[in-house]
Amino acid sequence: MRLAWREALLAFKRAPMLSALSITTIAFSLFAFGLFGLVALNIRKALVEVEERVEVRAFIVDGTTSESTSAAIADVRAFPEVASVTLVTPEQALDRARRELGEFNDVFDPSILPASLDVRLKGGMRDPATVHAVAERMKTYDFIDDVRYGEEWVEKLHRIRNVATIAGILLGLTFATVAIVIIGSTIRMAILARAREISIMRLVGATDSFIRSPFLIEGALKGLLGGLLALAFAWIANYVIGHFVFRADFFDIRLSVLGVLGGALIGVLGSALSVGRHLREV
Amino acid sequence: MIRFTRVTKEFPRTGLALKEVSFHLARGEFTFLTGPSGAGKSTILKLIYLEEQPTAGEVKIAGASSVTIRNKDVPRVRRKMGVVFQDFRLLEDRTVEENIAFALEVTGVGHTTIQLKVARLLQLVGLSSKGPSLPRELSGGEQQRVAIARALANDPVLIVADEPTGNLDERATRGIFQLLKDINASGTTVLMATHDLELVRSTQYRTIELNHGQIVFDSRADVTPPDAGASV
Repeated sequence: MRLAWREALLAFKRAPMLSALSITTIAFSLFAFGLFGLVALNIRKALVEVEERVEVRAFIVDGTTSESTSAAIADVRAFPEVASVTLVTPEQALDRARRELGEFNDVFDPSILPASLDVRLKGGMRDPATVHAVAERMKTYDFIDDVRYGEEWVEKLHRIRNVATIAGILLGLTFATVAIVIIGSTIRMAILARAREISIMRLVGATDSFIRSPFLIEGALKGLLGGLLALAFAWIANYVIGHFVFRADFFDIRLSVLGVLGGALIGVLGSALSVGRHLREV
Repeated sequence: MIRFTRVTKEFPRTGLALKEVSFHLARGEFTFLTGPSGAGKSTILKLIYLEEQPTAGEVKIAGASSVTIRNKDVPRVRRKMGVVFQDFRLLEDRTVEENIAFALEVTGVGHTTIQLKVARLLQLVGLSSKGPSLPRELSGGEQQRVAIARALANDPVLIVADEPTGNLDERATRGIFQLLKDINASGTTVLMATHDLELVRSTQYRTIELNHGQIVFDSRADVTPPDAGASV
């Protein structure tokens, strides 16, 4: 194993230009994938933020006793889909209306607005069917006058989310495939450049696994370095966009580490496939 | 040591390279393989160092049979032989010492043993002072000596040489041939493919001549048992 590491490191020294070219190619392939990842991450974050605003508002009939309301709140809180239930008094409703809609600035009588129960749903339970089901259950209380949840808006948001998810998966797979093909070709080029060395290794009795090991290590190192470089490029791109266009979120530590390790994995797999193919051909 | 039994080799593109070739090489023998270009000399050598498999027939080398050998056993058999080529096949970016050490490293020999063995091999081929040189800094004859030293690294029982003097001048040719003779004298079987008829005629070694993929002359045909069942 020590020899495999030495051979892998020597390969960088013996062909510095080819190694640099490989690492740069890997870096740019992963960078393109990383940029897509950043866009997907931020779109997802924006959609989650919008989705968090999905709520079911049940208007309470005037004169409903506080006991009935409290019992209903406890009841609704126990729904498995429900994250929180808030009682909004007419005064609070007017305050909110003044904040959100300018027309209410001249209204001073809170009694024109009904009290309501504002129900927020748990993440992953904000699809139209669930929201509709919760709204229908709310309607069964006789002191509930009307239930609203922006049906059309919830459906549109759900469609956008579905389209974004499918587009994200397809684009992600495309970018990942392109990255793997480019990285595989780059590694294959490096292996072809050392075909003579491989043939000599075989002649002197090296086993295929012995021949393969340095290439796998080399692939992993190239992938790792390419991944780090891609992460640095992505960070710079994110910084520039954040500075001049709009603030966007960057990968957290976990995703960054996963991305770099993914680069190393692609490097190893690319090398394994290329060396395996080469060893079968010669 | 080597037994070919009705060996036929056909390549998909170039067609028939060998047709029902049978011969036997005893341990410790020095044998020339001659014949015009395309006669099948290199194909025989490739079958011996297991780079090719026969289309029909059987090749037996140092106890291994082309019929039963598994891919994973090929390196083990190759370690019993050393191969020398006309174009030396040295690694240009490694020193002479590293080129020889390489053959030992792949078989898992320890560092100290490698150092001692490389020094001994360099002495054997007369290149003790050239260890740190790169191949391109050496003459053709010297490069071939390095290739021979590498071929000897794993103490092979057989040396297969494919036109080892083809790129060398007369003086270097004599030197390399002498080296191969010395190696043979120490008990190693040597099979040398060559075009150099003058070299062949200057000795009494066995000569197998090929033409159009068939043996047309064997100077020691009487000692070549045709049966496949005999021990190798």
